[in-house]
Amino acid sequence: MDRRRLLHQLATAGLALPFARGGWAFAAPELKQKRLIVVMLRGAVDGLSVVVPYSDADYYQLRSSIAIARPGEDSGALDLDGRFGLHPALAPLLPLWQARRLAFVHATGSPDPTRSHFDAQDYMESGTPGVKSTGDGWMNRLLGGLPREQGELEAVSFGPVLPRIFAGPEEVANVPLGRAAGKPTAMDRPAIGEAFDRMYAGDDALSQAYREGRASRQRIVADLSDPVSPEAMQADNGAPPPQGFALDTSQLATLMQRNPRLRLAFMQLGGWDTHVNQGNAQGQLAKRLEPLAQGLAQLATQLGPELDHTVIVVMSEFGRTAHENGNKGTDHGHGNVMWVLGGKTAGGKVYGDWRGLGGDGLHEGRDLPVTTDFRSVLARVCGQHLGLSDKRLAQVFPKAPGTGAANVNRLLSA
Amino acid sequence: MLKTTRCTILLLSAALGGMAHAGTPAVADTPQNALHALDRLGYGPRPGELAQVQSQGVDAWIEQQLHPESIAMPVELQQRLAQLPSLRLSAAELFRRYGPPARRAAGDDEAARKQVNQAAARVTEEAMQARLLRAIYSPAQLQEVMTDFWFNHFNVFRGKGLEGRIWLGAYERDAIRPYALGRFRDLLGATAKHPAMLYYLDNWQSTAPRTDLFGEVKGGLNENYAREVMELHTLGVDGGYTQKDVTELARILTGWTYLPRLWLQDGDTPFAFEPKRHDAGDKLFLGHHIGDDGQTEGEYALDLLAQSPATAHHIAYELAQYFVADQPPPALVERMAVRFQQTGGDIREMLRTLFHSPEFWAAADQGNKFKTPYRYVVSALRASGTEVRNFRPLLSALEQLGQPLYGCQTPDGYKNTEATWLNPDAMVYRLNFATALGSGRLPLLRDEASLPPLEAPTPMAAAMTPAAMQPAAQPDAPQDRPPPPDPETLRATLGNTLSPSTSAALEQAPPPLRAALLLGSPEFMRH
Repeated sequence: MDRRRLLHQLATAGLALPFARGGWAFAAPELKQKRLIVVMLRGAVDGLSVVVPYSDADYYQLRSSIAIARPGEDSGALDLDGRFGLHPALAPLLPLWQARRLAFVHATGSPDPTRSHFDAQDYMESGTPGVKSTGDGWMNRLLGGLPREQGELEAVSFGPVLPRIFAGPEEVANVPLGRAAGKPTAMDRPAIGEAFDRMYAGDDALSQAYREGRASRQRIVADLSDPVSPEAMQADNGAPPPQGFALDTSQLATLMQRNPRLRLAFMQLGGWDTHVNQGNAQGQLAKRLEPLAQGLAQLATQLGPELDHTVIVVMSEFGRTAHENGNKGTDHGHGNVMWVLGGKTAGGKVYGDWRGLGGDGLHEGRDLPVTTDFRSVLARVCGQHLGLSDKRLAQVFPKAPGTGAANVNRLLSA
Repeated sequence: MLKTTRCTILLLSAALGGMAHAGTPAVADTPQNALHALDRLGYGPRPGELAQVQSQGVDAWIEQQLHPESIAMPVELQQRLAQLPSLRLSAAELFRRYGPPARRAAGDDEAARKQVNQAAARVTEEAMQARLLRAIYSPAQLQEVMTDFWFNHFNVFRGKGLEGRIWLGAYERDAIRPYALGRFRDLLGATAKHPAMLYYLDNWQSTAPRTDLFGEVKGGLNENYAREVMELHTLGVDGGYTQKDVTELARILTGWTYLPRLWLQDGDTPFAFEPKRHDAGDKLFLGHHIGDDGQTEGEYALDLLAQSPATAHHIAYELAQYFVADQPPPALVERMAVRFQQTGGDIREMLRTLFHSPEFWAAADQGNKFKTPYRYVVSALRASGTEVRNFRPLLSALEQLGQPLYGCQTPDGYKNTEATWLNPDAMVYRLNFATALGSGRLPLLRDEASLPPLEAPTPMAAAMTPAAMQPAAQPDAPQDRPPPPDPETLRATLGNTLSPSTSAALEQAPPPLRAALLLGSPEFMRH
């Protein structure tokens, strides 16, 4: 048995590795398990600034001060396909587009018309637009529905609060943000840990959360505190260690490489509700897009070959008004753009049914319409990438996966 | 705190010196009831308070809590608050000293800009210190609890811009605290007009679009506040309004602003109605025709919102959820909503209905709310009786637990339900905090002057990472750390109501760990 296979079996059997790991390229178990990472942009990112319809003259009519200029102009969009351009702050993602790893689906969203952030996020996370009584989140149902031939599977969420999308019966670990994630705590001292173990030995909700927290924290600290290999250090080429979101995506990549059971992950970023002074190539929105792009690029690079087995979806609860408002910002709108990266994404293409921003094309005369249900994109990813059966899929998205543009069928190759 | 020992005996009123709410049964002065009152109307007992509430009488204590103006503030608390000078400045003065004028004066000089940011961060920190000081040490606990409740209901965020950082304390002082037990309409009006809210939800910039001399359209509506005031502050998301109502209300509220140019000339008026910005056209709002009437249009719209049965129900639901159970009893919500309407939105009367309801005292719901991180930290400091001079370890704990003080970015404020706050890592973090506090390892006595100035949180940092308080330049000295609380005293403070399994775990633990275990016990996670 070769070393790689041994490591794989030890890891899937849940055994701690008895020796320090060498360079990750050698030590990382050979992983064929498919994974999904969802990044949610809370607050409704302006999709018309992310994937800019620069060939649509109405776009510049509607947005006299916040439009992203055409490619080739000063601070212009980065051309994607002759019709759409990428926000210049997302330049770190351009190589992924060029390598056909990254795709966008435009004019996506929820069939529910709400312009409430909180209802819309709730629907996007429950996976049941218009139904408030759904108790669990679709990623929790998905975790329950994934095939488990190789034993228990794991999911993580980044941040101190478990999001709605992971609500439900399946156990999900949450990882502290930043460097705290990799640091041992007072609870790791035996006398203290054992004393609390005795206090939280029951079957109640607190005891269960306690035990899950202790176990996942120990695993995560162990995975993140391994010494970095000399190869990886060299690969950094003296660059400063990642900060903020990029630090978290870097830690996620490490966790995924070291834990083959980790199949689903959720991350979130806030601050997209740009009612005032949104900016264009520079400014408020650009400042938020920059670290997002850096973090995603970091994640893709660090996943390396593992990106072939990992799909990353970026989504936001709704889009913003097609026209700018009175304060060089945008108000709550409807359709938005979804980002799909990695796996067998047939990238380098903007999918969806684009009907333009002129007159009749706008939803209620003000917003990008939703021509593709967000669930039909997610259902593609769950079905074609994660291999979920139709029956399981109907449990994850119970009210039909929704309708959408025909070309979304080709978003992922089989 | 163990549910089964918390039996509630309701006696018919008459005996208790008229202190009981007219016509409702009096609450028996048992330790369980005293603890429940302290745990729900306040942030749990400080040493000796349980006995004090019992001897005062639970009903009498509740009645006193409903009248915070009748409760004397301890001299030491007053002195501590007096040491926070920015708390006494008007919104206009804060703007002049710490806001955009200060930043403009700094120009491109990096050192000067840093000073402006540090000064603003100091103002934020003083607001946070004042909030925690009062929550931990004020005997008017209901006032503190309701301040937290209403702040979350009418949330503003410390991470949005310079103005957002310097106005937190002024907003809480001017718009929340005076009305926390008063009339809802006053609270709604005060928040609507406070610069902090006008800034946070952008209404200060919303204007009627107009065409300038060159034919260019200038200005225009901003819907942000108009939507959230209906969705979050009054009617509720299912309260029966449409996108058209949002737009119409935004038009009605054009001109509701503040005017920095008046402040620069030493003016102090926090709110201004600016006729030039107002959309004078006719509006149709929630079925009501509203003609051109300046500021009065907005006042009338707020009246309509405050009087709506949907608002009464929304507020009743939120209060019952906050004080009784995550899934509040529908009958209680209904009675409180009726009370809201009968009294023209009198919050004190709604609370009186609440505190004298059988649902509030139901044994099954006592000790059953999972504490928010804020409540957990404040209640732990209260129970341990520890002196606090350095609040950064507490602010940092709140960050790590996902509830940074004044740090909720979105206008819905922090939730208070178990589904929101109970998760695996939260338990681990709480127990680490309990261990640090219970074994006397937090540098709570550290001299403030030795702490480095805080850097201002950027909106991005506040949004993405727990902008952890920077560690002090020098490590803590032994005298910075208060002695650990005595476990026997702590146990008595909390009413000796531990489950057999908690008691057993406590007995087995070495004595130096016992205070930590009490603060980390399942009973102390709930209230």
